[in-house]
This record gives sequence, C-alpha cells and structure tokens, in this order.
Amino acid sequence: MTYNFDWSVLWRGQSGLWLLQGLVTTIEISVVAWVVAFTLGIFSGAVRTVSITPLRWLASFYVEFFRNVPLLVWMFFWYFAVPPLLPQPLQDWLFDHGAEFWAGVVALGVYHGARFSEVMRSGIQSIPKTLFEAAVSTGLTMAQAYRLIIIPIALRLIIPPATNESLNLIKNSSVALTIGVAELTFQTRQIETYTAKAFEALTAGTLIYLVLCLAIATTMSQLEKRFAIPGMITKRQTGEF
Amino acid sequence: MIEFRDVDKWFGSLHVLKRINLKVSGGEVVVVCGPSGSGKSTLIRCVNRLESIQSGEIIVDGQSLLDPKFDPSKLRTDVGMVFQSFNLYPHMTVLQNITLAPTKVKGLAAGEAEKVAKELLDRVGIPDKAGVYPANLSGGQQQRVAIARALAMKPKIMLFDEPTSALDPEMINEVLEVMTDLAHDGMTMVVVTHEMGFARRVAHRVVFMDEGQIIEEGKPETFFGAPQSPRAQQFLGKILSH
Ligand SMILES: Nc1ncnc2c1ncn2[C@@H]1O[C@H](COP(=O)(O)OP(=O)(O)OP(=O)(O)O)[C@@H](O)[C@H]1O
Ligand SMILES: [Mg+2]
Repeated sequence: MTYNFDWSVLWRGQSGLWLLQGLVTTIEISVVAWVVAFTLGIFSGAVRTVSITPLRWLASFYVEFFRNVPLLVWMFFWYFAVPPLLPQPLQDWLFDHGAEFWAGVVALGVYHGARFSEVMRSGIQSIPKTLFEAAVSTGLTMAQAYRLIIIPIALRLIIPPATNESLNLIKNSSVALTIGVAELTFQTRQIETYTAKAFEALTAGTLIYLVLCLAIATTMSQLEKRFAIPGMITKRQTGEF
Repeated sequence: MIEFRDVDKWFGSLHVLKRINLKVSGGEVVVVCGPSGSGKSTLIRCVNRLESIQSGEIIVDGQSLLDPKFDPSKLRTDVGMVFQSFNLYPHMTVLQNITLAPTKVKGLAAGEAEKVAKELLDRVGIPDKAGVYPANLSGGQQQRVAIARALAMKPKIMLFDEPTSALDPEMINEVLEVMTDLAHDGMTMVVVTHEMGFARRVAHRVVFMDEGQIIEEGKPETFFGAPQSPRAQQFLGKILSH
C-alpha cells in the first residue's frame, strides 16, 4: 500500500471552512425542501383518503408522477428545462439568487413530497374508519374531522416512517451537487480535488452526514415519546432506501 | 320523527335493505334485532346519512334526506350516534372529547361547553374522569363517555349500534342503565342490540330484521311472548338459549 494518510488536509488551508459551508448549505436546502415536501405530503396524503373522487385522483396522479421519476432527472428538469420557460425578469432574478439552490429545493420537495404522501396515506388508513364516522356523526364536517382528529392522530403515528423519509431527503440532497449546489458532498469533492486526499475528504463528509442524521433520529424519537397518544403503541417501521 | 318509505339499498350487487317501511315517533324507543348480516347497522346508519340509499325516501325530523338543500352535518347535530367500538378521540381528554363538537359546530363558548360536559359526565356516572385520556378508562366508562359526547349536541334522536357488544359482561349493565335513564327522559332512540332484557324493559317496540327485510315488528311482550314468523322464533330460540 502506498497511500499516505494525511488527515491534516482537513484543517489546513480552506478545507475546514468548505466543510462548514457545505454543511450549512446541506442543512439549508434540506430544511427548505423538507417544508415543501412535508406540506405537499401531508396535504396530498390526506386527500388520497377522502371520498371525493376527483380530488383523490389528482393527489394520486401527483404521487405516482413525482415518485416514479428518478430524483436526478428532476434535478436536471428543474434546473435546465424549467428556467428558460420563465419570463426574463424572473430568470434574471433566479440566476442572481442561486437558481441551482431553488431548483434543488423544488426537485427534492416534489419528489419527497410524493413519498411523504405515501407515508401519510398509510398513517391515515391505519386509523379505524369508525373514528372518522364517529366524528362526522357529531356534526363535524369532513374537513373539521380531518383537521381536528384524523390528521393530528396520523401525524403522531407517522413519526417513525416520516423520520426515515426525512433522513432520506437529507441524504438525497447530495444529488444537488450535479446541478452545482455547493452542499456537503460538493465541498468534500472540492477538498479532494485540491488536496488529492480522497479518503480523508470523503471520510470527513461521511462522518458529518452520520452525525447529522443520528442527531435528527434521536430528536425525533424524543418527539415521538413526547407526543405519544396515551395507550397507543406506535409500531416502529423501517423504511426502504 | 323518523320515517323510512320503501327504502332500498345495495352495496354493489348485494341488496342489503329491501323495501323498508318504518316509522319512529318522538319519544319512542325502538329496538332492532336480527341475525348477523341482516342489515341492522345499515338501517340505522341511513338515518344520519352515514350510508346513502338508492331508492325510497327517509324523513328525519320533518326533513327529507333526498332534499337537494339537505345538509348532512346539520342533520347530524340533531341525531347522536353511539357505536360498538367506542371511537373516542384517543389524543384528547374525556372533557375535550365531549366539548369538541359543541364548540366547533355550534360555536358554544369553551366555558359553557365545559359546564355542559361536566353535567353530562355526572349524568353518565363518571364525574371524576374529565381530565383522563380514553385509554385509561374501562370499556364501560369509554362507552358512557361516548354517550355523553353524543348528548352534548343536544340531539333529538339517539342511534345505538350494538353499544354493549364489545363490553365485558360486568360492564354491560352500567351502559344499559345510562340508556334506560335516557329513554325515561323521553329521548327518541333506535337501538340495535341483542340485550333482550333491555328490550323487554325499555323498548316500546321491537323490530326484527332478516336478510335486509323487516320480518316482524311489535310490542316487546308480543314479540318475545309469541313471535309470529318462523325466522323470529328460530332467532329467539338461539338467543334465549344462551
Ligand atoms: N360498506 C360495505 N360494503 C359492502 N358490503 C357491506 C358494507 N357494509 C355492510 N355490508 C354488507 O351488508 C350486509 C348487512 O350488513 P350490516 O352491517 O348492516 O348487518 P348487521 O345486521 O348490522 O350485522 P351484524 O349483526 O354482524 O352487525 C352484510 O352482508 C354486510 O356484509
Ligand atoms: Mg351491525
């Protein structure tokens, strides 16, 4: 073996700063995309369980369409294909304000929104239908029954699979490097390019992702306990990648 | 108060209600019984429009459910329902379970709704459980909360779908007692139940269903004493031999 380990590349020069910037960008893009994905997912997942057929179809179409196209394709689509269709002033504004970031947000948001939608739908479907019937039979409208009863219960039930999905989103945010978002993976590649120390750079990146994801998983399991419904045991579900 | 006129209902190709004609007057207590799958639940679920019908007409409190201006939520404020599975909202306390609909549907002030809820908890015999979550109650207590929750909307009609079937035997009576009180207070009630003791003591009329049809109806003493149809005789033979 001829490889010379040199861990000091991680704090010499600009490496440390790059890693930090990468981490911050990863967190930024993930948080904004998560808000988009979660909102889309909760809403469309709920709509997929209602008895109004056209609405249900619309939501199913969204899910199937966005979930079944690779994330990388969505990244390219929102970055290369969509901006030229926009009015010129908007295009100018976008390219002054990090078009790649916003394209990445939309790609991650709609793709993971479709996946959150599935999580939400199965959460709602695990609630007995008679609970909904009991709610509407007191005079609550369907919308009130969802807002006050079905969705609050489902949100508690889906904490474990939704956590999984959130971690997938963070990990998938690395795909945004392909459209030039300077997130964590992008920065580790940059360190590698400048120092030719691939092992050290990628190890640092790996560890940062690991710590970030573990921190979130721990927080979420605290949250799950904090909001647990008395007497209701939520089964721990593991998601696929 | 409730009237079924030539009502037919299908689930797909399954004909579950066949030419149902039934009248329930104000203050009357009607017990519906019959074998499993005979359409009892479906019948009472039509009254508050949890199920829709394919032909005939249902009139509740003077209003036809076929009326284009008909609003199911409005109807349901007048018709309370209690289910076999208690269906309390598990993430809310007993008090919140009861005050939810009065505040959200009727716009009652929180304080007022709580006062009503506490009176109702008193009435169903569990005044000390207001702050408890449903999971920490026994089945009988949960069902009594479910009754209180329905009563909080001050309904004119109460529907019960096998309210004691999911209960351990020692808890059945505490629920039946609440229902008996309610009947004595003059509530219009339609009760699907196999509790024949309750039917004898409390019901004004018993309706016997089989295969989607009303086979027989009459006063409890007549129905239990001298059932007319062979199917009712057979059914009662099975039930009473337990
Ligand atoms: N949502 C539904 N879709 C299709 N078929 C249904 C549905 N609900 C009930 N049925 C069928 O309709 C028939 C009548 O059902 P219903 O629940 O009214 O009977 P029931 O008399 O209440 O019986 P049980 O004593 O078992 O509660 C049954 O054959 C049942 O399988
Ligand atoms: Mg039934």
